[in-house]
Amino acid sequence: MALTTNSGAASLTGGRLTRDAIGVLAILAVAVLGYFLFPNNLALLTRITAIALLVLSLDLVTGYCGVATLGHAALFGAGAYGAGIAAAHFGITDPIAMLAAGILAGALAGLVSGAVVLRAHGLPQLVLSIAIIHLAHEAANKASGWTGGSDGLAGITPDALLGHWQFDLWGRTAYVFGIVLLVLAFVILRQIVRSPFGMLCRGIRQDPVRVRAMGGSVHGTLVKMYAISGAVAGAGGALNAISTQVVGLDSLSFTLSAEALVMLVLGGTGSLYGALIGTAAFMWFEDVVSAANPFHWLTIVGALLIAVVLFAPKGLYGSLAAVFERRGRKAP
Amino acid sequence: MSAIFDVRNLKKMFGGLAVTNDVSLAMAPGDRVALIGPNGAGKTTFVNLVTGNLLPDSGSVTLAGEDVTRLGPTPRVRRGLVRSFQVTRLFSEMTPEEHVALAILQREGRSGGMFSSHRAMPEVMDETHALLSRLGIAHLARHPVSEIAYGQQRLLELALALALKPRVLLLDEPAAGVPQSDTARIEQAIADLPADLAVLMIEHDMDLVFRFAKRVVVLAAGEIIFDGSPDAVTKDARVRQAYLGSYADARSVA
Amino acid sequence: MQTIFSIGVDALAYGMVLFVISIGLSVTMGLMRVVNLAHGAFAMIGGYIASYAARDLGLAYALAVLLAVAGTILIAIPIERFLYRRIYGQPELTQVLMTIGITFCVIGIANYVFGPTLKTIPTPDALREPVSLGFRTVSAHRLFVIGCGAAVALGLWYFIERTAFGVKLRAAVDNAAMAAALGVRTEIVYAVSFAVAVGLAAFGGVVGAELLPIEPYYALRYMVTFLVVVSVGGAGSIPGALAACLLLGAIDTTGRYLMPEFGEFFFYLAVIAIVWLFPRGLAGRAK
Repeated sequence: MALTTNSGAASLTGGRLTRDAIGVLAILAVAVLGYFLFPNNLALLTRITAIALLVLSLDLVTGYCGVATLGHAALFGAGAYGAGIAAAHFGITDPIAMLAAGILAGALAGLVSGAVVLRAHGLPQLVLSIAIIHLAHEAANKASGWTGGSDGLAGITPDALLGHWQFDLWGRTAYVFGIVLLVLAFVILRQIVRSPFGMLCRGIRQDPVRVRAMGGSVHGTLVKMYAISGAVAGAGGALNAISTQVVGLDSLSFTLSAEALVMLVLGGTGSLYGALIGTAAFMWFEDVVSAANPFHWLTIVGALLIAVVLFAPKGLYGSLAAVFERRGRKAP
Repeated sequence: MSAIFDVRNLKKMFGGLAVTNDVSLAMAPGDRVALIGPNGAGKTTFVNLVTGNLLPDSGSVTLAGEDVTRLGPTPRVRRGLVRSFQVTRLFSEMTPEEHVALAILQREGRSGGMFSSHRAMPEVMDETHALLSRLGIAHLARHPVSEIAYGQQRLLELALALALKPRVLLLDEPAAGVPQSDTARIEQAIADLPADLAVLMIEHDMDLVFRFAKRVVVLAAGEIIFDGSPDAVTKDARVRQAYLGSYADARSVA
Repeated sequence: MQTIFSIGVDALAYGMVLFVISIGLSVTMGLMRVVNLAHGAFAMIGGYIASYAARDLGLAYALAVLLAVAGTILIAIPIERFLYRRIYGQPELTQVLMTIGITFCVIGIANYVFGPTLKTIPTPDALREPVSLGFRTVSAHRLFVIGCGAAVALGLWYFIERTAFGVKLRAAVDNAAMAAALGVRTEIVYAVSFAVAVGLAAFGGVVGAELLPIEPYYALRYMVTFLVVVSVGGAGSIPGALAACLLLGAIDTTGRYLMPEFGEFFFYLAVIAIVWLFPRGLAGRAK
């Protein structure tokens, strides 16, 4: 009995690995396609990649752990300023070292904002998350000696990547760097969400009382996840700083936090694929719409949100997956 | 015989009302004790005090010689005091296999691992499936809990508790809400609990109490009014008064 | 001394404006358990209507206030009927998304219709003159705002504690299912409370326009301010909300007077500190 189930388990684990491989191939395929279809728009594609890291990071906290937050851009901004300040003030211009600085700053920001946000539940928790992003924004604005304030932090000139590839004007190096980063993050996060730790997080989202009755630590686990989430968002921020060579206050804004949440929900919470699809769809949509009529962008985001809540509460990926699941059940 | 679980002079006031008043209760390994009492006797408060969800005003809770009175629920579980819930609390989107594997990993302190998967741990999978088979729900191992019947969810609750290898087990109405056809399975599972485990069952169903318990404790108005054998409990005057008193009063008023 | 006095008056006025706007949010949150991020948007709509009526149409201030309250309620009715009712009893994340979506839409539309500039609401001459209190002079407008806040607090207290509707309202806040079983038509209680909440928000938006200026991002800028009142004061509690408003008004005003260069920094720091210290609200019963 145990033997047969175990071989089943092994083949299932194999199945999951195949699915991960397909996911990685899909990301790479889309990335290559984007490279050849929009060779003049690589900066936008890199920006999408950076934001995708932010949305993946938000998914860890909101989708997997059930913590609703409107202040997640604080982690992204910490990564961006971490990498930017390292380069502009400390002369750390190696892109890998800048990335490390961003990841570290993001993880620290995650640890701090996690500890604060997780202090309360429900509405007070939401209030804390909003207050954090405003506070971070005000602090960055005030500390203009370090951050450049509202003019933005300039003077970031990253060295050649691995001493070989210069960050070129067309943004090719930055794009490839970003895609490699995204694939790496995706593979690591896929592993984490199906590990025992990831299972514990899902358990906490569904019933924290049950987790405590199993001897599990709810608060400690969530803070840990927040730090991981911060590292991922920080990587996204660092990528943005490296590719655009400037860090603005908008990377620490409430709007970015809210938009990240919109992207996540648009794609579908609790699934890394949903986060990626939501980001790509939203950013593409934003590019098209704001090129046509920048004035109405906020109205359209709002309408989009209302539409998702009313008509596709599981998001694009979640709704599609549900359709396929239903078909798959009918078929055999 | 030394007590594995020892509650002494536990007291808890809500407002001016003593909901738990000077309650003492000790259990040795292998004990099978049923805690009964009319509605409002303070059973729920007692469970919350024992599991660490409420802090008592005075008194102590000792587990295997260690005073745990000031500890929260989680450290008590880690020291072997495990409870089941009166109304099933499970992770609706997870499978029984994931539930039990998570409990086993939690017990072994490996639930924080990020670069492994329970499915790649043969010893965890073997134990999980052995436990699910023992409770007769192995065939449901990979169905989401939301799709399985309530009686089977109750069995999974038991499996979760057992996966934690408790020393003291609190069963809060294990058969509550289960259709008649499924109670036999649950009773069997309770009868098959490890012999050295101390079990305290809170129960309303007197048939179940008499089949299960070697000792019955009766709680009424926050106090223990009886502690003895199942045979003696029905003959005890105070117990009769506590259970039937309100009916007698009602009749005299009418 | 004059500074302390001015800070005190301004803080009190600011706190009262916060109270008038947020108390409706507090009551509806206690009642419907909806995390409503769009409440500030209704205050903003009120401000815009009043500004249009008083400045562009040249109507009297009192009439503009009335029009603002009535107009905002009129706009809110379909929003409640078609959008809010869909999220009652839904998970928190759904409620956050829906109400932030509404907020974004309102901001976008306000920006399109009225433009990005600040809108003023001309006040009558009587409110513009300083009033002598014997030992000090204060702005009549500040006194008017403080009076409005006190009137709203008293009126609400009477409405909730002393009227038949108030009894139903309190019953529904305590236990909606039980109230419904006892024959209270909860959907009517919900609708009336929502209308009153929105009307008060619009009223607060108009009388407070000098302290919280009307512009498209109003709904976003003060979102956390209104929400923190509820989370600190406790949903559905009038004294809790009043205490929270006066506290926040004092912190914000003092910060602005003494350290204007730090902007809102200390305000947000205080918000975090207060929620950190009282994660369940001042009264310890916020949900």
